[in-house]
Amino acid sequence: MSEITNIVTPIRLDYTYTAGHATQRFLLGMAEGRILGQRCPECAKVYVPPRGACPKCGVPTTDEVEVTGKGTVTTFCIVRIPSDVLSVPPPFTCAHVLLDGADLPFFALIQECDFDAVRMGMRVEAVWAPKAELAATFESIRYFRPIDEPDAPYETYKEHL
Amino acid sequence: MPSRDVAIVGFAQSASVRREASRNEVEMLMPILQEAKRQAGLRGRDIGVTVSGSCDYLAGQPFAFVSALDAVGAWPPIVESHVEMDGAWALYEAWVKLQTGEADSALVYAFGKSSMGDLPEVLTIQLDPYTTAPLWPDAVSLAALQARAYLEKTGTSERDLAEVAFRSRRAAAANPKAQVRTSADAETLLATPYLVSPLRAHDCPPISDGCAAIVLACGDAVKKSAMTPVWIRGIDHRIEAHALGVRDLTTSPSTKLAGEKAGVGKGRVDLAELHAPFTHQELILREALGLGAGVDVNPSGGALAANPMMVAGLVRIGEAAARLAGGAGKRAVAHATSGPCLQQNLVCVLERD
Ligand SMILES: [Zn+2]
Repeated sequence: MSEITNIVTPIRLDYTYTAGHATQRFLLGMAEGRILGQRCPECAKVYVPPRGACPKCGVPTTDEVEVTGKGTVTTFCIVRIPSDVLSVPPPFTCAHVLLDGADLPFFALIQECDFDAVRMGMRVEAVWAPKAELAATFESIRYFRPIDEPDAPYETYKEHL
Repeated sequence: MPSRDVAIVGFAQSASVRREASRNEVEMLMPILQEAKRQAGLRGRDIGVTVSGSCDYLAGQPFAFVSALDAVGAWPPIVESHVEMDGAWALYEAWVKLQTGEADSALVYAFGKSSMGDLPEVLTIQLDPYTTAPLWPDAVSLAALQARAYLEKTGTSERDLAEVAFRSRRAAAANPKAQVRTSADAETLLATPYLVSPLRAHDCPPISDGCAAIVLACGDAVKKSAMTPVWIRGIDHRIEAHALGVRDLTTSPSTKLAGEKAGVGKGRVDLAELHAPFTHQELILREALGLGAGVDVNPSGGALAANPMMVAGLVRIGEAAARLAGGAGKRAVAHATSGPCLQQNLVCVLERD
């Protein structure tokens, strides 16, 4: 009698994800080429993308705030293996970008510069998809690229690392 | 024996709905947490410990419970814990923490959005992964196995089951948070087709999205409450074997034992909230807890009228407490279940001064 060492039990479950009111506002903004966040009524922090709550204060964030596509690289890494989800060939740079006026950095791809030229404090701006291709998705921002501004001082983003 | 008296000083729940179409879990929870804290007279920073109950399989996302913390206000860091179970077990953990004296108040919350997946199939994943889950028995089919065994052994009729459904749904008419709030009479219910024989649709719970929160307090923290405090006089939970084949599905020895340990029989029971998602389970639980005809069972309508997963057990404790606080009685029993066919059971005895 042979010993059973392995069994395969396929499992597949499908889900319909609910973005929620706040994230839905953000995604609809993406379709218009706008970046919408929300401000906490208690601590005044601005969350982009918004989740509808301030995780610090535990209160609803009801005030909508629009920010521009300009921001600062707070931290980054260089990816040298191919990505399943990103169509960019390696090596490429992933970064956290803190948009001006926002208090929450988010994940971004940095392009239009050498991958090893990216640095903390580097000023960048969003590059949007062509107007006809804008949709309710984060991918409406294709990537971020450097802008001709002096690097942001460390003090301006040290709270967001 | 508990060394500290713990009171329920706040309870809030969302309406149970088939599908929360636009709000995510955090957005559902926030007003409920605010309301429970308001009743308790406590602000976020006053809360000594926070414990939540939920299941990542409902959301289909790992660590979904972590993002729900956004609703609490968790920075600077708070004392916090989570159970991958119904919120009733989160309440048990919070109660234990209060017994240690390390906290004087606790916020307990639970949430579940079953509508995001196929609930009966999601529940299959909790079964033994080698010999049972690969066969994909869904939750309703397993309950039907139990119902068949129960009817055969006890001589209970399908009509008796329909009467349970009728009474639960009728009671739910007075509960604005419930989901199924009307019912045809038992005769008409019996004329409907089987869902999984011997169970018809009315024998099974609705699929619900919802959330709830309870605030616990001891000592001076109780005095701030706007709600009449309701004391936890006893609380215990017990578990049976995971493999269905080794259990007698027609009785609930774990409920019986938990009921004894919690002290159900030490006094008159005015009302009981039993977490019985299926009609025959209410009858099994009544017997296990020794609840006679004089006990008002599931005045809220129970899980047959609203069954948000991971929430409905905590709601039983909250409903029982709210009814005592409102003057509906002096002493109540609340029960929560988890797992297939009443595998795990928690019993809580509540009293008003
Ligand atoms: Zn805040």
